Amino acid sequence: MEVNGAKIIYQNDWFFLSGSVVTTWIVMAVITLLCIFLTRNLKVHPTGKRQVIAEFLVNAANNLVKNNMGERFSYYAPLAAAVLAISVCSSLSSLLGAFPPTGDFSTVLGWALVIFTLITYWKIKASGFGGYLKGYLQPVAVLLPINIISEAMTPMSMAFRHFGNIASGMIISMLVYSALGALSSTVLGAIPGAVGQLLQNVPIFQVGIPAILSVYFDLFSSCIQAFIFCMLMMVNIKLASEG
Amino acid sequence: MEELSRAIVLAGSAIGAGIAMIAGLGPGIGEGFAAGKALEAIGRQPEAKSDITSTMILGIALSETTGIYSFIIALLLVMVNPLIGRL
Repeated sequence: MEVNGAKIIYQNDWFFLSGSVVTTWIVMAVITLLCIFLTRNLKVHPTGKRQVIAEFLVNAANNLVKNNMGERFSYYAPLAAAVLAISVCSSLSSLLGAFPPTGDFSTVLGWALVIFTLITYWKIKASGFGGYLKGYLQPVAVLLPINIISEAMTPMSMAFRHFGNIASGMIISMLVYSALGALSSTVLGAIPGAVGQLLQNVPIFQVGIPAILSVYFDLFSSCIQAFIFCMLMMVNIKLASEG
Repeated sequence: MEELSRAIVLAGSAIGAGIAMIAGLGPGIGEGFAAGKALEAIGRQPEAKSDITSTMILGIALSETTGIYSFIIALLLVMVNPLIGRL
């Protein structure tokens, strides 16, 4: 059994292109095309299913943001929807056999750093640059190193949480997969004679059983982690804006 | 001698990874406790079910962080073997 990261597609002295970046590009293109497809010739009174689906998605994103961040931040709905969409689609790309970009730490760390920049922007906006710097000395100045660490841990923990869930799902599926292969070769190899010799190489137990795990680790975990990532972004921005 | 020290480092890394995953106990207990409390709350106020569920999932995800950290340490010890370079 071998656990590998994303495949490196192109490499030279100062640059390399990993497979997860390419998968992210494909996911971005798919989401963009889907948005264009769903919002073509909109009407005041929807006639087709397409517009009903589009309105449902937009309403869901608007309600999510309004319930969690308040009316003041309602213009953050596109960002929240974008984060949710790219996270869900990236994680679910593993169902199509691609290496999921969210199983690559660099991808989620990139997203988390973007969100961290936004959080810092709101902190500075809420209390001024001096007040932001003073926040590191609260409640006493001795706690400065600990405050810096806890500030740096915000993006790290967001990224680690998302990456860890997807990566642990991949590794557990892989372990179960190889264990089932070994089990089937042992069981079928126990059949005496030429039949056992022949059937030994047929991994019969690998059919179907890993799919049950995949429902949890790929479908459920991907959607929940995307939701949590988005939720933490909203909660953190709201807390930062309150000073 | 080179072989032996390599083997010792690899064995230590494997044992360390196993010990690191003991931290999986904490989130398990904590999440179970949170889910139980959420069930109690839903039993008391069934109309607030959706609010309670989303808050519970967020809380569970937050308390899962320590387990994820230990998983990453174990993953680093087994897959990346950072201690081999220290020989």
